[in-house]
Amino acid sequence: MSESSAARVGVYICHCGTNIAGKVDVEQVAERARTMEGVALVKDYKFMCSDPGQDLIGEDIAREKLDRVVVASCSPLMHEPTFRAACERAGLNGYLMQMANIREHCSWVTVDKEAATDKATALVAGAVARSRHLRPLQRRRVDVNPATLVVGGGVTGIQTALDIADSGRRVYLVERDPTIGGHMARFDKTFPTLDCAACILTPKMVRVGQHENITLWTWSEVERVSGYVGSFRVTVRRRARYVDEATCNGCGVCQEKCPYKAPSEFESGLAKRKAIYVPFPQAVPKVPVIDPAACVYFKTGKCKACQKLCPTGAVDFEQQDRLVEIDVGNIVLCTGFSSFDAARLGAYRYGELAEVYTALEFERLCNASGPTGGEIRLKSGEEPRAVGIVHCVGSRDRRFNEHCSRVCCMYALKFAHLLKEKTRAEVYNFYIDMRCFGKGYEQFYGRLLDEDVRFVRGRAASVTDHAMNEGERGRLVIRVEDTLVGQTRRIPVDMVILATGLEAQRDADEVARRFNINVGKDGFFIEKHPKLAPVATATDGVFIAGACQGPKDIPDSVAQASAAAAQVLTTLARGSIEVEAATSVVDAERCSGCRLCNTLCPYSAITFDAERGVSAVNDALCKGCGTCAAACPSGAIEARHFNDEQMFAEIEGVLHDVHA
Amino acid sequence: MSPSYTYYPGCSVQATSRDYSESIRAVAGPLGLELVELDDWNCCGATAYMNVNEVLSFCLTARNLALAAKHGREVCTACSSCYQNLCKTNRYLESYPELREKVNRALAEAQLSYEGGVETKHLLEVVARDVGLARVQELVRRPLEGVRVAAYYGCQTLRPTGGEDPERPTMLEGLVGALGAEVTSFPLKTWCCGGSLMGTNEKVALRLCRNLLACAADVKAEVICVVCPLCQFNLEVYQRRVNRAYGTHFAVPVLYFTQLIGLALGLRRRELGLQRAIVPPAGPLARLVGVPA
Repeated sequence: MSESSAARVGVYICHCGTNIAGKVDVEQVAERARTMEGVALVKDYKFMCSDPGQDLIGEDIAREKLDRVVVASCSPLMHEPTFRAACERAGLNGYLMQMANIREHCSWVTVDKEAATDKATALVAGAVARSRHLRPLQRRRVDVNPATLVVGGGVTGIQTALDIADSGRRVYLVERDPTIGGHMARFDKTFPTLDCAACILTPKMVRVGQHENITLWTWSEVERVSGYVGSFRVTVRRRARYVDEATCNGCGVCQEKCPYKAPSEFESGLAKRKAIYVPFPQAVPKVPVIDPAACVYFKTGKCKACQKLCPTGAVDFEQQDRLVEIDVGNIVLCTGFSSFDAARLGAYRYGELAEVYTALEFERLCNASGPTGGEIRLKSGEEPRAVGIVHCVGSRDRRFNEHCSRVCCMYALKFAHLLKEKTRAEVYNFYIDMRCFGKGYEQFYGRLLDEDVRFVRGRAASVTDHAMNEGERGRLVIRVEDTLVGQTRRIPVDMVILATGLEAQRDADEVARRFNINVGKDGFFIEKHPKLAPVATATDGVFIAGACQGPKDIPDSVAQASAAAAQVLTTLARGSIEVEAATSVVDAERCSGCRLCNTLCPYSAITFDAERGVSAVNDALCKGCGTCAAACPSGAIEARHFNDEQMFAEIEGVLHDVHA
Repeated sequence: MSPSYTYYPGCSVQATSRDYSESIRAVAGPLGLELVELDDWNCCGATAYMNVNEVLSFCLTARNLALAAKHGREVCTACSSCYQNLCKTNRYLESYPELREKVNRALAEAQLSYEGGVETKHLLEVVARDVGLARVQELVRRPLEGVRVAAYYGCQTLRPTGGEDPERPTMLEGLVGALGAEVTSFPLKTWCCGGSLMGTNEKVALRLCRNLLACAADVKAEVICVVCPLCQFNLEVYQRRVNRAYGTHFAVPVLYFTQLIGLALGLRRRELGLQRAIVPPAGPLARLVGVPA
């Protein structure tokens, strides 16, 4: 019915340089396409996505009166919008253009040239057959809610929130810890400039806390997200803090008087905190939380010292979790990373040998406000005579993470420098490759070489307290194959620092599902395009920035934060955005009202009209995934742009040379 | 119901390590293990042959696996070399279809074929996991109280990896502990004893053994508990030569885990092949072993 018998299909076959033409005989595909039903003209061209390539389509639409266009090139993910726009400029509805992916689906994954050419022909035939059944669709514009949700209050989330809020728009910043600041707040110095992490971060934290456009919710987590770009509805769980944020004046008496202690997360367990605590003095907000696991009142029903002594009456043991709903137009995830758990790597005996530290522990050990006041001392109180820094712990290791964590070489150099500055210790770095790629990084490496730090090229095999001679007795021994000398060595040290790598957050999978984005093999969130859309995701209106996308240092994280803020502000400046037209529609005549689709729809886009006894799709919410159309037992739902007729035509086309 | 395994003894266990074989046979019954010896088995090629002719070496082991496949049971072996070769062959045949085809052409000459899938376990894993430490503990009649044991894995049991952390295994310590013995720390527990290097480069192998013996002496172990015939052979038989080469005075007995199990179960010295020991036990262990008859 929709097939225009007089369809005039223009077929364009892209060489993509040698990406396609190197494997697929494009001339032959073109030749074969000429005989396909409805095809009015066939052209092949070096780069269809280039301006001249796009112009080719436009000119032919006008001159040859084409009413369907097939572009055989790459994945539609990147260039479908390009070619749709090219058609629309020439007056042809963009949805009458069909792509055939002969690169990712064919030339890149096929060894044999002839097989590749045959497959490309089949894909083109499928696209041509399908194109003849396409119908024009109209995209709509929807308004964008001017508020933005930023998830995660590390340096990335802080920067994103400030950039957006400074433009005058509302930002909700949700952080699951009691304070913002993230990992950076725990660092001592920053490489390669050696400026103090707290000195550059805390002013930004304070600004977040005071900003009129930022609503800061710490000790909170996003529980549910519904809706779509422009109008998301988000449910945030504000966990019970047992301290009223509005009444607390941050005087700290509660913390001082609390008689119970637990290991401090902020100090990497090297010091204790109270059961009611502010993680560190510069925390924002400077409102304590009560840890029910450590608080004696929650165990025995007695104590309440903090409540009795609080001058403003802010302590409230009856406080409950609260669920708060907010409406936002865009979401930026800045959920960061987690540190590799060094105990997983048995050979380094972390957790067994007292003088084996992780990087985050060492950060606190040399920090002036840390547990030792910045003095680098062994547990015995002595100064170490020699310290070994083991690189790539949990990184570049197929057993754990294949990826390079990007920051460890540099923070290891920073540690080496701080050790040289504060102690007389001999410092050894055990490295595979030194990766000092950033601005000023290589120079910093050079400086450390001049500071007489030892660099041993080889992955440390193990750390042991087993002495094999008198010189090793009472010390730790690092065994390593020194690949420059070509020998295994045993190097006695007193302290070992493990340069633990960066991993995805342990609940990254779950968070990704909640926000409807994807995670890669390495566990990190996947960006829309690795080069050209680094902070966008496959879901419109959901952006990612910082180390949740992959290991990143502070400069890169901050750059991404500003990039994500700019992306959000782009949609806010315009006030509205275009949404997909390929949505589903229910044929009320055929709908039996079984409501199967209501529960299946992942976007809650289908509602039931009880009066008429039929279901209906909300166009604004529908993402066109097709789940409902596939499941409908009455065949009453049509996925526009992917209806049965179109799909069957494409299958027949692909199988054009198969004869029964 | 007693768990049943196709038992692959391997040559060493049959020959140089008769005490291992005897103790395995002696404890299997009380542990409730049925070890059905694989009929017509052949040598696995040990550590050496894999480096001489890899394909032929895979064929040797594949023949054993092909024979075992007919019985549908898991294969159990007590020799770390055999264990490694069995695991490696399974893994390689699974991963490399071309190799599998080659090996099967050779097997076809003997009217055999092997497509993979025969699970292989080291006897240590069978006892510690399948029988279970709780059951072992129940069976102990004469706890090895006061005996300081260094649990030594060697390298080949761990590197094909049966689910143990190859850098920080704990299975043997758990088992020895279940027998009532005092488990010492043994930092070199996963280090190599030199293996077949003792035959080709004795100097290096003696040094590796020296390291292990020194470590055992360091932690004041009264016995080194092993799970491999070659480890036992190198550490015990060559102990005198180590002493001569390095001017040391090591005198630490090296016993198989099955011998220690047997002692704890109350079995007699001769049943466990303990009369064959070259380095005699001393202290509390000697009391458990009893006076030579």
